[in-house]
Amino acid sequence: MCEVIVVTSGKGGVGKTTTAANLGVGFAKLNKKVLMIDTDIGLRNLDVVMGLENRIVYNLVDLIEGNCRANAAIIKDKKYSNLFLLPSAQTRDKTSVTPDQMKKLVDDLRPDYDYIILDCPAGIETGFKNAIAGADRALVVTNPELSAIRDADRIIGLLEADSMGKIDLIVNKIRMDMVKKGDMMSVEDVVEVLSVNLIGAVPDDENIVIATNNGAPLAGSDTLSGRAYMNICHRIMGEEVPFLDLSESNGLFGKIGKLFKKN
Amino acid sequence: MGIFDVFKKKSSAGVAKDRLKLLLVSDRSDCSPETMENLKNDIIKVIAKYMEIDTKNLDIQITQTESDNGKGYVPALVASIPIKEMKHGK
Repeated sequence: MCEVIVVTSGKGGVGKTTTAANLGVGFAKLNKKVLMIDTDIGLRNLDVVMGLENRIVYNLVDLIEGNCRANAAIIKDKKYSNLFLLPSAQTRDKTSVTPDQMKKLVDDLRPDYDYIILDCPAGIETGFKNAIAGADRALVVTNPELSAIRDADRIIGLLEADSMGKIDLIVNKIRMDMVKKGDMMSVEDVVEVLSVNLIGAVPDDENIVIATNNGAPLAGSDTLSGRAYMNICHRIMGEEVPFLDLSESNGLFGKIGKLFKKN
Repeated sequence: MGIFDVFKKKSSAGVAKDRLKLLLVSDRSDCSPETMENLKNDIIKVIAKYMEIDTKNLDIQITQTESDNGKGYVPALVASIPIKEMKHGK
């Protein structure tokens, strides 16, 4: 049975697209058939994060308007044969699609996949309403900072009002060195304030920047963030996975510290 | 409070958390500034029947308070209403 997951946040720049891409790769590595849909019409990005920007012919709006068939618009990942992307339209705007159309599109595609991941645009207007319309559950991404958490709280309220099936939180871009100094809210602080179920905590990892540069998400790789994303995939599948200690090998000093510990 | 606590500056994360808690209480209460103004005026009207109050220094806000069972916080309406003079019964 297919599960449709929307990755949302309210605020921009917290890591929605990166999260969507990494969950896609993570599930693909777990041998699931996955479709990622970029619902950010006008500001398409998931294709670049996936390194698939040169393969796009048709897009989400073309498919909804009936200008092409699903298999023409949906492109296969370059690395995983069970991972697919439906790119967004770059030259249209968010009002080109209605929530009903999005819901129908997602429902039509359900039979073909194990997971459909919807990358939601920032904001709470049309684009957000389109993205959540067809979803079974939501992952709210936030950062340990006031503005991102405030927006996450608003989004959670809107999702609850829309009777979203399940709402889970991902705290992204955590810097343990700052948390330890008392200069950044901890994951526990964020969860306490938002009082919502935590499904993942991802460190602010330079490897994510490198992975995005290369167009190859790092979920499942031997990095702290790679493991964190993979753990989120397992938790979405209903498995109980303990949370990582994010303070390990974080940054240069962490690595040096680790070397000394080994000796 | 210990003697050394005077010198200890509150961590910026702690400041952020406190600000956030207050912020979310007012966000969640869904009270627009107009609603608060109306509420304030109605409260003044009622109290003015019994005592003379200093309406300029009156302060009403939605904040949070520890819940009775000690688990978490609940929203609370806190009003500070300075009394100028009690109206004596007729």
